[in-house]
Amino acid sequence: MVDDAQTIGAKPAGDEDLLAAMLEIRLFEDSCHELFTAGEIRGATHLGQGQEAVSVGFCRALRDGDTMTCTYRGHAATLAMGAPIDRSFGEMLGREGGLCEGKGGSMHLTDMSVGALGSFGVVGAHLPISVGAAFAAKYRDSDAVNVCFFGDGATNIGAFHESLNFASIMKLPVIFVCENNLYGEYSPIARTTPIECLADRASAYAMHGERVDGNDVIAVLETARRLIARTRSGEGPVLVEAMTYRQKGHARSDPGAYRPEGELEAWLERDPILLLERRMLENGATQERIDALRADVKQEVESALQQAQSWPEPPVEARLEHLAA
Amino acid sequence: MTVTIRQALNRALADALAADDDVFLIGEDIAANGGVFKITDGLLDRFGAKRIYDTPISEQAIVGCAIGAGMSGLRPVAEIMFADFAAVCFDQLVNQMAKMRYMSGGQVTLPVTIRFANGAGGAFGAQHSQTGENWFLNVPGLKLVAPSNPADAYGLLRSAIDDPNPVLFFEHKNMYNDKGELGDDPQPVEIGRAAVVRAGDSATVVATQAMVRQAVDAAERLAERGISLEVIDLRTIAPLDTETVGASVDKTNHLVIVQESPVAGSWGSTLVSDVVRDRFESLDAAPAIVATDSTPVPFGEAMERAWLPDADAIVSAVEGMLQA
Repeated sequence: MVDDAQTIGAKPAGDEDLLAAMLEIRLFEDSCHELFTAGEIRGATHLGQGQEAVSVGFCRALRDGDTMTCTYRGHAATLAMGAPIDRSFGEMLGREGGLCEGKGGSMHLTDMSVGALGSFGVVGAHLPISVGAAFAAKYRDSDAVNVCFFGDGATNIGAFHESLNFASIMKLPVIFVCENNLYGEYSPIARTTPIECLADRASAYAMHGERVDGNDVIAVLETARRLIARTRSGEGPVLVEAMTYRQKGHARSDPGAYRPEGELEAWLERDPILLLERRMLENGATQERIDALRADVKQEVESALQQAQSWPEPPVEARLEHLAA
Repeated sequence: MTVTIRQALNRALADALAADDDVFLIGEDIAANGGVFKITDGLLDRFGAKRIYDTPISEQAIVGCAIGAGMSGLRPVAEIMFADFAAVCFDQLVNQMAKMRYMSGGQVTLPVTIRFANGAGGAFGAQHSQTGENWFLNVPGLKLVAPSNPADAYGLLRSAIDDPNPVLFFEHKNMYNDKGELGDDPQPVEIGRAAVVRAGDSATVVATQAMVRQAVDAAERLAERGISLEVIDLRTIAPLDTETVGASVDKTNHLVIVQESPVAGSWGSTLVSDVVRDRFESLDAAPAIVATDSTPVPFGEAMERAWLPDADAIVSAVEGMLQA
């Protein structure tokens, strides 16, 4: 159950809000894919189509003052926290109006104003930093929490161990969210990890751990609300394993040829947007309403992109700024 | 009042904790035990468990916690027991802490201080004796501080904690008992300013930490022979105070650097490069670097002593340069 205290300052999380948030991310990333292909966006990009429900479910369960860190596959989480779409596109494009004024790029989307503390390019490197954000919340006697998203691959790096142990011993308010998309870069998880259920790793830290269907945004939202309330009340960190699937390759250069036949198709059937739309229709929403909502989001994303494309690149002298405060 | 560097550092931490509730300390064995070098002794009793935290042996988590808390507006002071252990949290220091402000386009501010016990001379062997500062020389975004006396240790640590940017603060573990004067109302010392500790006009000798004393010893010996050394204690390694060094070289026309590290990739090499580039006309001879051997720090007493530059080596370097 969600109590009143939990909902104060909470982000909108009705079915339509959730659908709009997931569509916004999907269309943003689809646009990014096209822009990369067209050579308009440079460098590496890591898309997360199919994983939107994890970011949206958790971030929409947060309230003002909470914080989030995520990985280089972090467009979804940053947008789900409320980063403006135009400035997010601007950062992808390296423009002056970008979230990080063109200094970060796809792998480092950051919007401190909405609690998106950063997207981190080194696997697992942000887990200790989430611990610090949670430490600050506790130090200040605030009941803010930090949600830390990372991939299944990060559970095999040393910073994971140090962070979960540290957070648990200090009872810090962190919700560790492992997005298990079944592949660490190009390798299926079974080839790199000797256990099947990554949530089991929580027990090594005397921490609560559980799994959730990461493609069912309602299930994610309910799990997130329950665990965030628990952590907010001072019961310490938790580890959640959200089972999901990366519909695209690891990076834009990766066609995903290592996938077994039929795997992608099966997961496309369980696309989180499709699942929510089906559920909304079952609950009485009309197809017209959903189509209209989709059209609205499409319009919003397209105009945000146009806005971002109208911004200039920062002057080259700007590269010397922002080193020191 | 005459105090040790240990006492000066302890007082700086206490004064910073007293001045600002956002300052807190984390590190291994720093609370209940007062730190392996006793720098944080008594602070738990005075400031309580909310301000002084013992952590697991988890250097990545310690530095990451300092980063996360710093970007949330606190002023963390983390202790990494030995500078050598910077290697186990290198990613947090160089990829995260040093770059976050830049990568975020200035959104992130990191008022974080990381303290390290630095240097050789105490028979700690190769994995607990090296100086760590040179590893960070080509990492823009970090300030590197290395004091050599109690007043600077106090004043620079206060400045580091007050600084809105990340500062790596190196304390020479073999100098914690070194004594010096600390006023009743000690003041911060500006980061980025070298100190001329002895004026002279025959040659400029630049040193840090334990090498400052060797340079002063060499200066005293050479003074008997009518050679007057200007000894500069760099105090801060990044940003490098090339102005003070340059002004001295303009006067003495000779530059000798003394450092507790091998030559390759060191602050001494960087300083030589800067001076040769900017003051070539001022130099009457090629600059010299009196450095350690290019080996790990040896354990045995005689070998460790031989590995470290000393006043004899400085005297020879100066004499060689002036006779050339």
